[in-house]
Amino acid sequence: MGGQSFDSGSAINHSRMPSRIAQIRKVCSHPEVYDPCDDSFALVDALLADRSNLLEHEPKICMEIGCGSGYVITSLALMLGKESPGSFYIATDVNPDAVATTQKTLQAHEVDAEVVTCDIASGLEHRLAGMVDVMVVNPPYVPTPEDEVGGDGITAAWAGGIDGRTVIDRILPVADNLLSDKGWLYMVTLTTNNPSQICLKMKEWGYASRIIVQRSTEEESLHIIKFWRDFPSSRSLPRPGSGHLGVKGSLLSQLSRLQFWGSGSGSS
Amino acid sequence: MRLLTHNMLSSNIKGVANGFPLRIVAEKVIEKPVEMNHDFLKNMFAKLDWKAFVDASRSLGYVELPDEADASMLESSEFLNKFHHALLELHLEEGALVCPETGRKFPVNKGIPNMLLHEDEV
Ligand SMILES: C[S@@+](CC[C@H](N)C(=O)[O-])C[C@H]1O[C@@H](n2cnc3c(N)ncnc32)[C@H](O)[C@@H]1O
Repeated sequence: MGGQSFDSGSAINHSRMPSRIAQIRKVCSHPEVYDPCDDSFALVDALLADRSNLLEHEPKICMEIGCGSGYVITSLALMLGKESPGSFYIATDVNPDAVATTQKTLQAHEVDAEVVTCDIASGLEHRLAGMVDVMVVNPPYVPTPEDEVGGDGITAAWAGGIDGRTVIDRILPVADNLLSDKGWLYMVTLTTNNPSQICLKMKEWGYASRIIVQRSTEEESLHIIKFWRDFPSSRSLPRPGSGHLGVKGSLLSQLSRLQFWGSGSGSS
Repeated sequence: MRLLTHNMLSSNIKGVANGFPLRIVAEKVIEKPVEMNHDFLKNMFAKLDWKAFVDASRSLGYVELPDEADASMLESSEFLNKFHHALLELHLEEGALVCPETGRKFPVNKGIPNMLLHEDEV
């Protein structure tokens, strides 16, 4: 994140498939908005790698949390667009400049999607609960002092608090609430975020996980992880409404610790 | 902001029990024609709260939608045209969304609703 070193592999792919994803020259930019970077490219590459599954999945509602420039949601809509025309795309960001930039990027690509300025998905959690079939998140994941989290503008793009987990750990229960029974979550993580611990936590909530893309740059080692509901028994757990997460937390603490997600993990 | 998005939003101010639907104050409404897509309309019809949708369309000045609707009406092209228009072609460009319980206004500027809460509302 923040580095200038473009991943040559992905850059080549991207220029070969201009129609399937957002074109960098058409992605709008703003001094207070995170420009597409290695992490954004890795996430889009993961979506491309999983594209045939996504088409089969026929998502009705796709959502991005923390859309920044709009590069990822635009790419998702473009790569699924013509072959899966029944989908609704919605993107949020806490930074109003990012939401405005995403709207411009969408327009520049003639992609229809809706955008909302909000904290994670606040305002959407009630009506969208259990409806999102595909969620994509490239969260602020850089370890920083806790008081840098939740800052304005571009700071919010990277400041992730202790272990870079503060915002991630707020997003996960929201994702769980919003995802449909067949819902998939694609999330960018850094090794420092302790992705295996994230997967373990998600496993307790009934999710299986797989690493779709693993990529090391000069500065960071990124994993794009896909989560999907796995345990049939997870349905019997009450789904938390927003504000009732505490109930779920206490339930979970009573569940026996599950074995680490070893068998399901693969890499591209 | 399209009415589809309005249908997905509610007020989540601390202490508000029923923040849906948000009342619309329309200052500027624009129309952008888009191609009709039956699959999309069918998918979204199933997810809509129809009453909130009809009320919202009326607050944007569009009065063609029936008070009640069921899935069989999706067979009618006349209904589909109206539904498509209200759902996807009308945009609230400037205005506000008003919390039904507290009256707090969430602004909509340049078509973007801002649902950020103040510190004392979280
Ligand atoms: C690493 S950037 C990713 C931007 C873009 N999705 C991409 O991949 O290029 C993280 C984004 O999350 C947004 N963000 C941070 N905290 C957020 C929160 N609490 N709710 C919504 N968005 C948030 C930031 O403003 C920023 O745009």
